[in-house]
This record gives sequence, C-alpha cells and structure tokens, in this order.
Amino acid sequence: MIEIENLTKDYGRVKAIDNVSFTVEKGEIVGFLGPNGAGKTTTMNIITGFISSTSGTVRVAGYDILEHPVEVKRHIGYLPEQPPLYQDMTVSEFLDFCARLKKVGSREWRSQKKDIMELVKITHVSHRLIKNLSKGYKQRVGLAQALVGSPEVLIFDEPTVGLDPKQIIEIRKLIRALGKNHTIILSSHILPEVSAVCDRVIIINKGRIAAVDTPENLSKKLSDFSRFTITIAGPQKKVKEILRGVYGVKDVEVSAARSEDEASYIVEADKDMDVRRPIFNQLAQAGYPILELRSLNLSLEEIFLQLTTTEAKEVV
Amino acid sequence: MLAIINRDFRSYFNSPIAYVLIGLFICILSLFFVDSLNAGIASFSRNFTNSMSFLLLFIVPLLTMRAFAEDKKSGTEVLLLTSPVRLYQVVLGKYLAAVSVFLVLTAASLVFPLVLLVYGKPDGATLFSSYLGFVLLGMVFISVGIFASSLTENQIVAAIISFVSLFALTSISFIANYVGGFVGKVLDWLSFMGKYYEFSAGIIDITSIVFMLSFAVVFVFLTIRVLERKRWSQG
Repeated sequence: MIEIENLTKDYGRVKAIDNVSFTVEKGEIVGFLGPNGAGKTTTMNIITGFISSTSGTVRVAGYDILEHPVEVKRHIGYLPEQPPLYQDMTVSEFLDFCARLKKVGSREWRSQKKDIMELVKITHVSHRLIKNLSKGYKQRVGLAQALVGSPEVLIFDEPTVGLDPKQIIEIRKLIRALGKNHTIILSSHILPEVSAVCDRVIIINKGRIAAVDTPENLSKKLSDFSRFTITIAGPQKKVKEILRGVYGVKDVEVSAARSEDEASYIVEADKDMDVRRPIFNQLAQAGYPILELRSLNLSLEEIFLQLTTTEAKEVV
Repeated sequence: MLAIINRDFRSYFNSPIAYVLIGLFICILSLFFVDSLNAGIASFSRNFTNSMSFLLLFIVPLLTMRAFAEDKKSGTEVLLLTSPVRLYQVVLGKYLAAVSVFLVLTAASLVFPLVLLVYGKPDGATLFSSYLGFVLLGMVFISVGIFASSLTENQIVAAIISFVSLFALTSISFIANYVGGFVGKVLDWLSFMGKYYEFSAGIIDITSIVFMLSFAVVFVFLTIRVLERKRWSQG
C-alpha cells in the first residue's frame, strides 16, 4: 500500500531523515516511534505531499507522489500534529468544506458525514464554532477531517498528544476500529500507545530507522539476555550452585530473600537457549520446588531507551 | 477551487474585517466625494476614482494580509496542500476570494455616483472607464498583497510588506516624471499607475487592460512559486 525507498530530506546540512525505507501492507497499523526531532513528522509530511523529499521515492497505492500528487493525496487522510481547523467555522461547515475540497460527491457525502460524525462522536457539537470546542473535541474534528472521503490510508501524527487519559483511551479504541478497514500509520513518542494499537513498530532515531518489528518480537530481539525471576524453596547457597551449573545460564543474583529457605533469584541466560526446562529438572532432582518463574523480557519502554541511548553512543 | 473561494469569502464576512474595511472605505470616501464635486462635474469621475485608488493603497494590505499568513499560522495550510487539489488552484482560490470582497467594496462605492445621477448629469462613459480602471487596479494590488502574505506567517508583517511594495510600485510613475528622458520613459512604460490614469481620463486601451491583467498574473504566479519553493527547502 505504501512503499518508501531511500527517502532523504536535507535541511541545509542537517539530515532530517536519512535513507529511510519501509513498506506498509494493506490493512496494517504501523507505529512510528521515536523521540522528538527523530524525523517522524518530516517523514509523514513527505508521504502526504506537504513537503518534498531531497531524494528517494514514495508510492501510495501504486502512485508516485511526485508524478501523481493528486492521486496520492486522494488516497490519504492526514491528521497533522496540530489539527488543521478553521476556527471561525462550525464543525458541520468545516466538514462540508473538507468534502468539497476532497471532491466527495454530494449524495455520497450526505450519508458519509453522518457516519463520520457518529464514529468520532461529534454529532452533538456539529453546530458549534470550532474555536469554542475543547482540545479533545478539536482533536476529534481533526480525525473526522482525515476520514472525509474515506481514504484507504490514514496518517496520524501524535494523535493523542495533549489529551486527558480518558480521551486517549477513546482515541486509541477509535484508531483500532478504523484499522479494520484502513491502512494506518501513526506516530508517537508514547510507548504503551504504540504497543497497544499497532501491528508493527518502526523505531526511528536521528532520521534513521533503528528497528522494524512487531512489538513482541522487538521485545525479544532486543534483550541481549533472556532474563527470569525465579522463586525457589531451598537453601540459597545450594540453589545458586545448581542454577549456575545449568548450561546457558550466565549469571544468578538473589533479588529478595523471603526466609531462610525461600528466595527469589534473577537469572540471566543466553538469548537463544531455553534454560527453563533444565532448571526445572535439576531443581526437581535436588528436591527444591520452583514457586514462581516469570520472564523479565524488556518492555518496549526499556527497548526504546536502550535503542536511543546506544544509538547516541555510536554517534558520539 | 470554488470551495476555497467560497470559504475564504465567507471568512472575510464572518470576522469583522470585511465590514470594518468597507465601512471605513465608504466613510472616508464620502469626504472625497464632496471634494470631487467641488472640483466640478466635468472632472468628477477622474477625481473620485483617483481618490478611491488612493484609499485602496491602505485597504488592500489589510484585506490580503490574512490570505496565506493565517493558514500558515493555524496549520490549515497542511489541509489545503495535502488535499487532492493543485497548488495553483489554492492560490487562485484565495486570490479570487479577495477580489470578490473587493468587488463588494467597489459595488458599495457606487452609491456616490448613483446619488449624483439623481441630481446631475455626470458623463457615463468616463464613469465606466474610471471604474473599469479602478477594478483592474484593485486586481493588481490584491495580487501584490497575496504575494506578500505568502512570504510570512505574521499578518502584520504581511500587511506592511504589501503596503510598502504597493507604495513603491505606485510611485514609479512619479519617479518617471521626475527623472524624465529615456529612463523615465521606460519606467513610465512599466508603471501600472500610468495605465490606470488613462482609464480615469476616459481612455479604454486594450493594451492597458492586458498590461494590468498580466501584472496581476505575474504576482499570482510568483505566489505559487514561493509556496512551491517552500515545499522543497522548508527550513
């Protein structure tokens, strides 16, 4: 649906994005994750045709953005970080304007307008001036604007920024619902959001793609070790010895001692080796029962920190 | 494009700006009206439209300052430029919206000649050519104003730029008279004010019409180029 190849954008000497390539399949929800200034907005602005790239190609639904800009724009609904609203219009007038701008037929628009307003829950404010709406409602009108003409691709730049927690949850729900019929790219620097909503994550830092994967795989791939916390009933010294003896285990630490013969340990092991079975077998042989075993794979938040900090080290 | 003309035109009248400008224009014009009458009915059309075009120098910058500056500031520029319309349609839409407001203003000013028609007998032909010249002049001024508005996201700055450039452009003909000689002739040939004065003197010349329209086209085109260039090297 969306194919991006070797996209680069220079601002003078600074490369806002540098050789970025990725594809988004039809029906996917892809999250763009990165700190502020990583190049998320620049990439989105190029895909939507608001600014031009220095080099590289963007194809949406098979159309090249430089050769067929109008066709590409017809396929995209865009909600920029600051929702583009005419403050002096009512919600209803504004959406009518968008429909005319996007050349939606008037009969089609009549039924579509009702659906869109119900979907984003703005029907009851449709006759109010946009400037009098709260931030949350403005955001929804911005979303509604992107949905006008039911484009196949939706691009949302930081769709939940500045909203209260309840509104955030609603908007996320809405995005997930839209994901059933649309291809969606959304950007965020909030990690739980991306892992909650997206099928795939593109982590971008300093204009380069740092990683592309599903939220789960990223979590697995990026930890150098697989880590577990294990609670075992048995004398600490002996248990430690047994754990250290298991092939693949790198390190064992006591994290909390409950009593003399019950303690929690953190075990670090080789990433590609499953040490859980041998641990169980050997402890069972020795007669020390496992009370709890839990994986401690990195949360996206940690991955994110790790990625961005190691990247920074490389650059410096 | 119609959608943009429609929206912008309405937005002029949704905010006080159009009313204030038209009201102010008519108020001050009424003073000039009396003045033009005192100068005699024979030269009424010329004096009257000349004073209108003088007022235009102040009105147009205020009218066009928001055209692009406001969209840039409020982020609606993104909406316009990512919609399936071409850039020239956006620019032309905004230009024609401002021209429409200007035509409303022009229509309002017709009150004075109408009053005169009731009580006296002004020369209809000169009145027509003067008004034609005035409308063409307005279209030129607005193209310059729109261009200025595309340069900045600050409306005040846009207004000042367009006022200064309009002032400079209109003074070319005075400078031309002052300098004289060959340079003066060239400057005079380039000056749209010189062309405009022909209209208010009652001369309708096709080359003048073409010249003034081309002048407007050039500035609309420059506006398109400015916006285009920003897309390529946005800093």
